[in-house]
Amino acid sequence: MQKTLYITSNGRLRRKDNTLYFETENEKRSIDIENVEQIHIFGEVDLNTKALNYISQYGIILHFYNYYGFYAGSFMPRKKNVSGDVVVRQALHYLDREKRIFLAYCFVESAVYHMMRNLRERKEAEAFLNAIDDEWENGKFNISSISELMGLEGRVRNIYYSSFNQFLPEDFYMEKREKRPPTNPINALISFGNSLIYSTVLTEIYHTQLDPSISFLHEPSEKRFSLSLDISEIFKPLVVDTVIFKLLNNHQLSLEHFDEDLNYCYLNQEGRKIFIKELQSKLETTVRHRQLNRNVSYKGFIRLECYKLIKHFIGDQVYSPLKAWW
Amino acid sequence: MSEELQELQDLKFQGIKINYLYVCKRKLWLFSKNITFENQSDKVLIGKVLHEYSYPKEDAKEVLIDNLIMIDIVSDGAVREVKYSSKMKEADIMQVMYYLYYLKQKGIEKQGIINYPKERRKEILQLTPEYEQKVKQALSEIEKITSQIAPPPATKQKICKSCAYFEFCWG
Repeated sequence: MQKTLYITSNGRLRRKDNTLYFETENEKRSIDIENVEQIHIFGEVDLNTKALNYISQYGIILHFYNYYGFYAGSFMPRKKNVSGDVVVRQALHYLDREKRIFLAYCFVESAVYHMMRNLRERKEAEAFLNAIDDEWENGKFNISSISELMGLEGRVRNIYYSSFNQFLPEDFYMEKREKRPPTNPINALISFGNSLIYSTVLTEIYHTQLDPSISFLHEPSEKRFSLSLDISEIFKPLVVDTVIFKLLNNHQLSLEHFDEDLNYCYLNQEGRKIFIKELQSKLETTVRHRQLNRNVSYKGFIRLECYKLIKHFIGDQVYSPLKAWW
Repeated sequence: MSEELQELQDLKFQGIKINYLYVCKRKLWLFSKNITFENQSDKVLIGKVLHEYSYPKEDAKEVLIDNLIMIDIVSDGAVREVKYSSKMKEADIMQVMYYLYYLKQKGIEKQGIINYPKERRKEILQLTPEYEQKVKQALSEIEKITSQIAPPPATKQKICKSCAYFEFCWG
């Protein structure tokens, strides 16, 4: 599998002859460019066009994050897999109201399924699990617009997040979910994890013929590549939340791994390293796929989700979102 | 320009499409819509390397004709196609027959050779009227398949597991 690289220190990405190096003040490390798929950059990194051109030859995507670890943007080399046919049909699924709601519903359905999956094993969260079940089962038949669906999803998510207080350490108490900026550690973790998933999904989309800007649940008019947000819904509870639970319940992360700054709360460098390591190993964890009869990593499942969408668009197979069966 | 040549131009088939017609019709459809995954396949990379390093002495390699068909090697009065393995022999033969047929429409008569350097084997081909007929049929079948709105459904074959589309079709 092609590797994901995370750069958390400060330094310079440099091409020298036909090798890419990452140089810091005291060391110089060569990067095995043939086997890298994406690089997440958290540190303060200098690079020039010579390095960028070299990186794009290999189709490597760079994701940039600011000082606080918030996603800033990506450098994506010229796309190789372009199919006008797929894009046109993807757009048709957006324009047709019924078709759009179908896909949006699929994403939410899978997200809710994975949220419930996360709570199912926890005795402390049983009441919340039932509450989600009620809300979802009653609500899902009365959806006639994207905004209604969004509202339902929001209500489910609120119950879901409030259940965290039952089984996470006290230090990580959450009043409510807050984004931009997260003001407490748990919100900071969720935001950080979600933006990593967002960029990982974007990388997978990039390797397919999908157009990342045509989305269904989220409005394509949002600035970001909103298809990536759509697909992320599936993987946020499945990947990010489980990583958070593990790190907090095993006390691998504690308050000392967070910094606060003018109401912001964010992971410090040490905390980021711990989180990234755990997230990466989760993404590389494999599960036996029943149809493929091969081991597929969590990251591989993101790619398969993209394939299923393409098949849906070209009229090959109706999309059915991932519901972890293991 | 003969009528048949005009027809070929209109169809704009690359030789690989003839090959895919015999390997997998679904792959042909997907490929024709630019839904490709070959750039991520190790097998395809191996094939590329094979092309690059085989027959280093030949000058006329990767000859592109009419911006349409790409012939691996042109030498000794023959067009040569290099393949990694002879597993898909019929598909390979049809691909070369198509090249010969195409050239014939342009007034060039050649013979064809398929080289399997890994197996140290080669196949010498002559365009016969029967094959000419077969090529024409193949072309119209390609036209038919690629103009379908949806791809032909996936059917599991032995070759699926080594195909670049495996995860696309079955995932």
